[in-house]
Amino acid sequence: MTSSEVELKALMLASLDGDAASYRSLLDRLSGRLRAYYKGKLARVGRGATEAEDLVQEVLLAIHLKRHTYDTGELFTPWAYTIARYKLIDYLRRTRTAASVPLDEGTDVMAQDDSADAESSYDVRKLLGRLPEKVRCSIQCVKLEGRSVAEAAERCGISESGVKINIHRGLRTLASFIARETKNENG
Amino acid sequence: MKTDDLVAMLSTNVEPIGRGLVGRTISIAVVAGAVIALGFTLAALGIRADLTTTRATVFLLLKVAFALAVVGVAVRYLTRLARPGAERGISPLSIALPFAAIALLGLISLGGAPSSHWNRMILGDEWLECLLSIPIIAVAPFAATIFAVRRAAPTNLVRAGALAGLIAGGVSAMAYALHCTDDSLPFVAVWYGGTVVLCTLAGAALGPRLLRW
Repeated sequence: MTSSEVELKALMLASLDGDAASYRSLLDRLSGRLRAYYKGKLARVGRGATEAEDLVQEVLLAIHLKRHTYDTGELFTPWAYTIARYKLIDYLRRTRTAASVPLDEGTDVMAQDDSADAESSYDVRKLLGRLPEKVRCSIQCVKLEGRSVAEAAERCGISESGVKINIHRGLRTLASFIARETKNENG
Repeated sequence: MKTDDLVAMLSTNVEPIGRGLVGRTISIAVVAGAVIALGFTLAALGIRADLTTTRATVFLLLKVAFALAVVGVAVRYLTRLARPGAERGISPLSIALPFAAIALLGLISLGGAPSSHWNRMILGDEWLECLLSIPIIAVAPFAATIFAVRRAAPTNLVRAGALAGLIAGGVSAMAYALHCTDDSLPFVAVWYGGTVVLCTLAGAALGPRLLRW
C-alpha cells in the first residue's frame, strides 16, 4: 500500500462524512493524477491536452455522482482507477476512435501528478443555463455561491429536500450535457 | 471551464453519504421485483390447486429452493459488480452451482426410471407454458434490478446485465413455481434451468445499452 493510497483513502472517508475541505483536497489531488494519466493515454492515440482536460472533468463529475459506490472497506485507488479507465474507454468509443486501452496496474493512474492550471473545452455556466429553472437555482445557490440548503430552499421557492434532489439531478444532467458536447466537438 | 472551478463547485456544501447504499438499493429492487412477479403470477395464472398434497408441496419447495439459490448468489455477485474495482471476491463458478445441482438431480431421477418414461418426465404437461411464462414474468424484476444497478456504477456492463437477467429469471421461476404443476426433476432442470439461462443471455445482450453511464 502506498502512502498516496493511505492519504487519498483518508480524504475520501472524511469526504463521505461531509467534510468539504477534505473533499476539495481529494478532488485536487485526483485531478492532477487524472490529468497525467489521460495526457499520457490520449497522446498515444494522437489526441490533445484539451481533450484530456474534458475527460478529467467528466471523471471528477462521475466520481462525485458515484461516490456512494465506494466501499469503505476496500482500497480507494482501484475504485478511482476503474472509473477513470471506464470513462476513457467510453470516451474513445464515443468519439469514434478505434483504440485499445491496455490493461495496466491499478496504481498507474496514481503514479504521476500534473498540476497545470488546465481548462476544458466547454463552459459549465452556459450548460447550467440549459437546466430547468429550479434546478439551476439550486445549483447556483448551494454549489456556486456557497449558500446553505435552507437559504437556497427559500430563494428558489422549494423544500430543502427538493434542493438536494435538484442538485443531484442537475449535476447528473450536466454530466450528460458534457458527454454530448465533447462528442459533438471531437466526433 | 477551469478544472479548479469545477473542483470548487463540487466540493462546496458537500453532503454526507450513507454507507452500504448500493447493496441496499439492489436488495430493495429485487424484493420489489419479486412482489410484482408474485402478484402477476397469481393474477394471470393462479396458484396450483393441489397444494395440499405432500408431493406438490415438496416440488414447490424444491423449485423455490433452486430459484432462491440462484438469486442469492447472483445478488451478492451483482452488488460487487455494481461497484468499480470490487469485481473479485465471488467466483463466477458459484453461480453455476445451483444449475449443476438440479441437473445432477434430474439425471439421477432419469437414471432410476425406465427409458420409456423419459420423454414424459422431461416434457411434462406444460413445457411450453413454462418456457413462455418465466421470461415474461421476468420483465418486471429485470426492470427493477436494472434501475437499481444504474444508480450504482457497473464497469463491466455485459456481466452486470447478465447478472440482472439471472436474478430476474430466478425471481420469475420462484413465482411461476406457485402455478406450475409439472413435478419431475428433469422437467425442473431443463425448463426452469433453461429459461433462467435464457433470461441471463438476454440480460447480457441488453446490459451495455441499459447500463451505460
